[in-house]
Amino acid sequence: MRRHVLSSLIALVAVVSLASTLAAQAQVAAKPAPAAKAWTMPRTPDGKPDLQGVYSNATTIPVARPANLGAKEFYTDEADKAASAAAGRGGAGRGGAARPAAAADPEGNGLAVHYDTSQFGLGGPTVKRAASLRTSIITGPEGRVPALTPEAAKRGADRRAFQQEHQWDSAQTRPLAERCITWGFEGPPMMPVGYNSTLQIVQGQGFVSIVQEMIHDTRVIPTDGRPHAPAEIKQWMGDSRGHWEGDTLVVETVNYNPLVSIQGAMVSDAAKVTERFTRIDADTVTYQFTVDDPKTWVKPFSGEYNMVKIDGNVYEYACHEGNYGMANNLSGARATEKK
Amino acid sequence: MQIQSGKMQNRLGGWLVVAAAGAAFCLLAVIPSPAQAPAYKAPKTKDGKADLNGIWQAMNEANWDIRPHAASQGPVFSLGAAYSAPAGLGVVEGGDIPYKPEAAAKQKENFTNRLKLDPEIKCYMGGVPRSTYMPYPFQIVQGTDTMMFVYEYAGAVRVINMKAPTKAPADSWMGWSNGKWEGDSLVVDVTSLNDQTWFDRAGNWHSDQLHVIERYTRVGPDALQYEATIDDPKVFTRQWKMSMPLYRRMEKNAQLLEYKCVEFAEEVLYGHLRKQPLKGDSK
Repeated sequence: MRRHVLSSLIALVAVVSLASTLAAQAQVAAKPAPAAKAWTMPRTPDGKPDLQGVYSNATTIPVARPANLGAKEFYTDEADKAASAAAGRGGAGRGGAARPAAAADPEGNGLAVHYDTSQFGLGGPTVKRAASLRTSIITGPEGRVPALTPEAAKRGADRRAFQQEHQWDSAQTRPLAERCITWGFEGPPMMPVGYNSTLQIVQGQGFVSIVQEMIHDTRVIPTDGRPHAPAEIKQWMGDSRGHWEGDTLVVETVNYNPLVSIQGAMVSDAAKVTERFTRIDADTVTYQFTVDDPKTWVKPFSGEYNMVKIDGNVYEYACHEGNYGMANNLSGARATEKK
Repeated sequence: MQIQSGKMQNRLGGWLVVAAAGAAFCLLAVIPSPAQAPAYKAPKTKDGKADLNGIWQAMNEANWDIRPHAASQGPVFSLGAAYSAPAGLGVVEGGDIPYKPEAAAKQKENFTNRLKLDPEIKCYMGGVPRSTYMPYPFQIVQGTDTMMFVYEYAGAVRVINMKAPTKAPADSWMGWSNGKWEGDSLVVDVTSLNDQTWFDRAGNWHSDQLHVIERYTRVGPDALQYEATIDDPKVFTRQWKMSMPLYRRMEKNAQLLEYKCVEFAEEVLYGHLRKQPLKGDSK
């Protein structure tokens, strides 16, 4: 219900800094390693690992590692985590600074409006999250998105300059999220959002379907070995192909629309994202991804988080249908010009 | 079929007419007849249910008008013959929709003002049953206790709950779907639909009291029979039913592609609020 109420409040441009709004108190108890417990992989009737269910990918892990942690990929325990988080807060501010500024405002509209999720009962304690001692979603010793190539930096700067100059001209020059075209977190790679971090997986013959609650974005991924659709067809969520490697579903995505941003950077026609879904116990799927776009970043980067099964539904997010804010914003801009 | 047998006759001589007629008879015999219980035995998924997996699409004129209708000129004159409405035999059983008198008047108003009112023009989700027969494919992904129906138009999606029925917390565009098997037919009970969607471009409409019971039945290797029983006591004097075949998209590489139509509707929705109005009404 609350999510429905929220869905209709689309006038808000909600770019949420994950680490800053989510407190750590509601974590689900860590699951023992699979080896410690007799757990066997549930399978669909055709013998594939059964990934089906409704999941939350909400997390307290920041995308990029807080600078004070250096190359430390994992906290030693919860106490270490709490202490480090406190130290981080004393410095660059609640972990938020670890996130590239552009990621919070990919189109440079200066609209990183903060959104108090607790106001809608969606904050920390109400959201189920997988426990983790990871210090950042981005893996590896650096734990952050690599530097942009000069080409990509220019691409982004040009776009931001255009957006800033024309930001109130028309619907077409508003940010993609505000237009209800793409939220920017659906990916692939799918990144946790500050709220509505809910997704559902259904497996049919030769296809895996994933719906994310945010803007009801759905991918139906062929797993029958067919090649990608022709490269002329650029899509907001790219073109995904899946296959099974042992018990892991591997999904490769290419052919992104040139306006798509991943972690705040507009991608190129060379962008390729590989996702890996592995069910590790009754409630948990480990989600791993690698982003490779040599025209955009100086090197590929990878990330990982766990998503946890929740008892609930994915609800309809009729973003465009309820987008009263678009007309209101534009008519406000026209009225201001007349003053 | 008649044209084909005529050609054969000319080319190969009159004795083939008998064979051609025989072939025509055989072809007729396998075309599913909606009036009868289909004799076709549906292939099963590994868990023993009728296999409805696939990308399906209607091949009819219902999206222009679900009732029988002659061809007519489209509402935008400059689009000429390309975007006018083809004739259709209709998909409503018995032909007409049992509107209450005031509801029938509203349909006519809707039609007159369709360029302003049709939710399809605005890229709003199509609702149920309209999404089924809009001129776009949709895909059934058949899981064990959940099915996902994904529609190309506006990226609409329905999750069909196949376990104990649940209740919707609120109305929505695509409604709340509880499914069950009756033999080899999937029966989906759809409630909590809002009053914002239409049945077609002709302005046939419903209220938020709409209750739809859908039936999906395999009637051939590449065809489904679709039935929707429509109940809405605010708008209609009785229940009524529509039915039509749906066909498999048989292309080897068939897949849903994005039709995120927000971009295509922004000018019609927000164009009057532009800083610099566009010149003309086309790109």
